Amino acid sequence: MAATVIVIGAGPAGVRAAQALVEAGLRPVVIDEGRRDGGQIYRRQPEGFTRTYEALYGTEAERARSLHRDFDALRANIDYVPDTLVWNIEPNAVHVVSGTHHRKMVFDALIICSGATDRLMPVPGWHHAGTYSLGGAQVALKSQGCAIGSRVAMMGTGPLLYLVAAQYVKAGATVSAVLDTSTFAQRVRALPQLLAIPSTLTKGIALMRVLKDARVPVHRGVTPVAIEGTPENGVQNVRVKQANGATLHVSCDAVALGYHLRPETQLADLAGCEFRFDHALQQWLPIADEDGRSNVKGVYLAGDGARVRGADAAERAGRLAALAVLTDTGVTRNEDEANRLRLQLQRFTRFAAGLRAAFPWPAQFAAALPDDTIVCRCEAITAGELRRVVNEMGAKEANRAKAFSRVGMGRCQGRFCAHAGAEVIAAEARVPLEAVGRLRGQAPVKPLPMAIATQADMETSE
Amino acid sequence: MSERADVIVIGGGIVGTTTAFFLRRRQRSVILLERGLTGQQASGVNFGGVRRQGRALQQLAMSNRALETWRRSRDLLGEDVEFMPSGHTRVCYHAHDAEYFHRYAADARDHGLDLEVLDGAAMFRRYPHLGREVLAASVSPFDGHANPRLAAPAFGRAASRLGARVVENTEVVRVDKEAGGFRVESATGGIYRAEQVLICAGAWANTLSTQAGEPVPLVARGPQMAVTEPVPYVFSTSMGVYTSIKKESVYYRQVARGNIVLGGGPPGPADPVTRRASVLPENTVAQLAQFVRMVPAMRPLQVIRVWSGVESYLPDSEPIIGPSSKVDGLFYAFGFSGSGFQIGPGVGETLAELLDTGSTPIDLSSFSIRRFQRTSSTQAESVTSETSP
Repeated sequence: MAATVIVIGAGPAGVRAAQALVEAGLRPVVIDEGRRDGGQIYRRQPEGFTRTYEALYGTEAERARSLHRDFDALRANIDYVPDTLVWNIEPNAVHVVSGTHHRKMVFDALIICSGATDRLMPVPGWHHAGTYSLGGAQVALKSQGCAIGSRVAMMGTGPLLYLVAAQYVKAGATVSAVLDTSTFAQRVRALPQLLAIPSTLTKGIALMRVLKDARVPVHRGVTPVAIEGTPENGVQNVRVKQANGATLHVSCDAVALGYHLRPETQLADLAGCEFRFDHALQQWLPIADEDGRSNVKGVYLAGDGARVRGADAAERAGRLAALAVLTDTGVTRNEDEANRLRLQLQRFTRFAAGLRAAFPWPAQFAAALPDDTIVCRCEAITAGELRRVVNEMGAKEANRAKAFSRVGMGRCQGRFCAHAGAEVIAAEARVPLEAVGRLRGQAPVKPLPMAIATQADMETSE
Repeated sequence: MSERADVIVIGGGIVGTTTAFFLRRRQRSVILLERGLTGQQASGVNFGGVRRQGRALQQLAMSNRALETWRRSRDLLGEDVEFMPSGHTRVCYHAHDAEYFHRYAADARDHGLDLEVLDGAAMFRRYPHLGREVLAASVSPFDGHANPRLAAPAFGRAASRLGARVVENTEVVRVDKEAGGFRVESATGGIYRAEQVLICAGAWANTLSTQAGEPVPLVARGPQMAVTEPVPYVFSTSMGVYTSIKKESVYYRQVARGNIVLGGGPPGPADPVTRRASVLPENTVAQLAQFVRMVPAMRPLQVIRVWSGVESYLPDSEPIIGPSSKVDGLFYAFGFSGSGFQIGPGVGETLAELLDTGSTPIDLSSFSIRRFQRTSSTQAESVTSETSP
């Protein structure tokens, strides 16, 4: 009997993984949280929306079209399970929920293509209504054709900062300012590595032109001071310190924040994958070999969910992970193609290192956060409270600090605050970030309706 | 070089930290050795029920003692462990369980625990949120709940402030009797000496009791916990189902900030060696069905997290508390079988008294390790499990 392969995620990595499996004669299961395929970057608009590929994806229109077309062609040869959350993983089985319908699906091999979300650094006032992540701001636009506000400030750093700003401009929204915490000099120094993928570099420069033509003020080397607003009206103003020391007020009714991306690793965690601290990235990442094999037999990791290298790399990594599955299950062996993909991925790895240098994570901001700044938005825990459990209760490790302070205990389980929380702990305890460790993942990956219970009972009684 | 104290406490859970605390209040010097961090295992991951009702009658004397400590916890500790004396209610679905509520209430009264049993219209008037399958409710108005993540570490810090030496990340590998007391050796070669030793190392205690010639049929299991998103605070009383059908035995408490903590049903696997325990996905799904049955209004809520930890169980679900039957000066307190949190401070206070004065008015005979000496070859299969929250 052919191996049962489950692919989680129908973004660039997941689609290309499924495609390679189908080409080899398998019939994979593709489980995706989205209602339609494409993942975040190539998110398909809801049925009935009629924007063109060019309007939706700009320079990436052709790639989006190709991915969607290829996925449509796969549909007859895969079991596609959209609108479905994998909320827990056991050895050789995933547990999924769609609405209130729960089921267990067994696998011989699992390819996790879980994508990435924004890496966030708290700033005083980021709990005001109207504060979004850059990725969230982009989803609103791509999916529903909505802007997050009528005058939007974009703050943080990373390629997405400029991409989302340009997309908002093109969609007709007003971008009050782009506030970049990294400097032009950092960009120049990263140039040699960025040249690993010249086309992407060119596209980045084109984005700058869009912003310039629309006369969007772009400030580099800023230090965020506060997002100001009121509980009634939400965001009204963003305050930053400019590179020259002067204070800048940007009037706006929404802010999009983000400092590049972080992989969504909680599924790998639930699957039992081991993690290792990556010193260059200053992040804990699941261990995976070049082809995506984790340390757990039968569990493979691909795309930005394993290591952020962007969508083009994800397509290759997805395919490469599928080739690894085919090799390991004895279906086919295609070393030539695998070698080609590995070589290509090395360039993306170099480029990703360039992006890190060009748009560095501003770890130093964490130590400087005022005590009353909320770090964990789900549980409304401040930097001061987190520092208190470090100093008074001796919690110098992430899970200990979580147990005492509740940072990372809420709805998002630390997906959005764990990075910054760890930086606050490290700075306060005067230990390296690595020593703080990482929050252990717990199911459910996202909130699980209690009503699934009744559904499951109905199923058993049938 | 070795460190010496009057007493060495092995294990920094709720029993170890409170024993150290009460020993210091008696001016006895104490070293507490903890293999990880205080309150990290069963004491830290449990439901957080501060519940006397439902316990075996012989536990109630210590349980009542414990309640006094919980009530005074803020003063004793100088910090808040979120003890809420909000009442604890057991409910049932079966007629024979309702009859038991009345019997237990009558018996418990003689042991200083007053309960009120309600049924029918009176019960639904008091608890309109209960599902209509519920037959009866047994109310313990002075019980409640507390935050297990905070309690044992807070007692550990308080003991420390009183002069106890609390040594974390130190695993004990040997306990040997020598002239004048005990020699305790850690995995890294550290040597500690004392006249008396208390082993309260939860799921890891059996290794050390075996060295003393007293192996017990201790098994590790993981509680299956979950918590909902925060919702408006409405459930002041903590509630659980009493039943002999394991999957029905779920319980909940709502914390002041609104989240509802959920637990119960069949346990999951736990491994003392890797210190890992897991929540089985099927258990979560089955558990949620039982909550919707008990409180239909929970239906629209969402669970945001599940967790487990390493607890230890004995075949009769009763703990071992008291002196070793083989070695003078050696004491035990472990195997609380999923019900050690509330009673922990009462056990700690009682042991401190026993170690300090050589006696305690509380009858510990039914908790003696002796009861396993004849059956110590019996293994895990025969274990029955705790059915009340």
